Amino acid sequence: MSNTLSAHKLTLVRGERCLFKGLNFALGSGELLLLEGRNGSGKTSLLKAIIGLLELETGEFQWNGMPVRSQRQEFLSASVWMAHRVGMKPDLTASENLSFESTLRPLNNCDIEEALERLGVLRLKKLPLRSLSAGQQRRVGLARMLIARATLWLMDEPFTNLDREGRDLLTGIISDHIEAGGLCVLAAHQDVAVDVPTQRILLE
Amino acid sequence: MNGAAGQLPGLLVCLRATLQRELLLVLRRPGDMLNPLFFFAMVCTLFPLAMGPSEEQLAFAAPGVLWVAALLAMLLSLNSLFLSDHADGSLEQLLASPQPLVVLALGKTVAHWLTSGLPLVLLSPALAMAFRLPAGTIWVLMSALTLGTVSLSLLGSVGAALTVGLHRGTALLSLLILPLAMPVLIFGARTVSLSAAGDTYSMGLFALAAYAVGALSLAPFATAAALRISNE
Repeated sequence: MSNTLSAHKLTLVRGERCLFKGLNFALGSGELLLLEGRNGSGKTSLLKAIIGLLELETGEFQWNGMPVRSQRQEFLSASVWMAHRVGMKPDLTASENLSFESTLRPLNNCDIEEALERLGVLRLKKLPLRSLSAGQQRRVGLARMLIARATLWLMDEPFTNLDREGRDLLTGIISDHIEAGGLCVLAAHQDVAVDVPTQRILLE
Repeated sequence: MNGAAGQLPGLLVCLRATLQRELLLVLRRPGDMLNPLFFFAMVCTLFPLAMGPSEEQLAFAAPGVLWVAALLAMLLSLNSLFLSDHADGSLEQLLASPQPLVVLALGKTVAHWLTSGLPLVLLSPALAMAFRLPAGTIWVLMSALTLGTVSLSLLGSVGAALTVGLHRGTALLSLLILPLAMPVLIFGARTVSLSAAGDTYSMGLFALAAYAVGALSLAPFATAAALRISNE
């Protein structure tokens, strides 16, 4: 089944500043949307607005042609958000964090061990997250994307803290997801070398 | 793991997982749970020392002292309810999940009661004996404290959710919660002193129970809404 995410005349104001005005985009299955722009240009805010954490001033998002507002739960079931922070409890281990996460949204067939194995952090699964390096924590955070049965991936600077091998791994994971018909909105400073249909939005 | 692949895991599964996560977190950092408990025990043991050994005086002051100490201990523990989730970003993940936020908020609140309300209830008989409360009053104290701390956890979760985005929200949290907590304090302390004096006290317990049921049915929704607002 093909999915679409489209934005219509988005305006987002944070405090006194208008981050963007009249922004439109339409993203279909098998496409990547790259959000570019300098620090503070509103990339994270746009991602937060998509997932519903920020209220838009005007405009709306549509998922499969219907307003997201009218089908919030279906939309959130189909999306997973990787924030700038890992968003897991530092006192719990990778497997404890992920087994809690697995009750939060629909799952696919990839179990937790498989996901950790693919990300190269399986041997760390019994350690509390706080004892892992920033890059390792990020890898555990990425496991959330693999276990969730989500078609829309929202990623905020996912390459931060990852080493070269980790960046290649993540690039591969993202292109696999998109080639399987997924959608991905990705905010990044640096260029992302993913060989898939890509749209770009430059936020001023 | 939990639930069939492809389906949103059920609400009970999610509630249980939230509870499990919170209890595990407390187990990893027992200090968060023990601090309010120590505070409760300390206040209640210092009072008899300060007031002198007159049994009559002690038994007279006991209900008030126990209840004020319990209320303050609960307030002390409430501040951290959503604070660490806010700090490490896991709160945003909860907000972005398709599971109803009400269930997640309820799970966290139940865990809060289990780790701060319940220990107070269990410790109270020992302190009541130190105050020379009659033996028959002790179970009244325990039931009243159970109902009261349930209400306080629930009310407190609303306040904690509202103040989570603020730095130093503690004072504001107390200001928000105290007016709502007054009925609990008044009914709670009065019930115990009536029972100690040998009067009928059941009305007080009923009132506390009604308040707890009211809080249980309304507070989780308010907490969920407050979490959304303070995360804007």
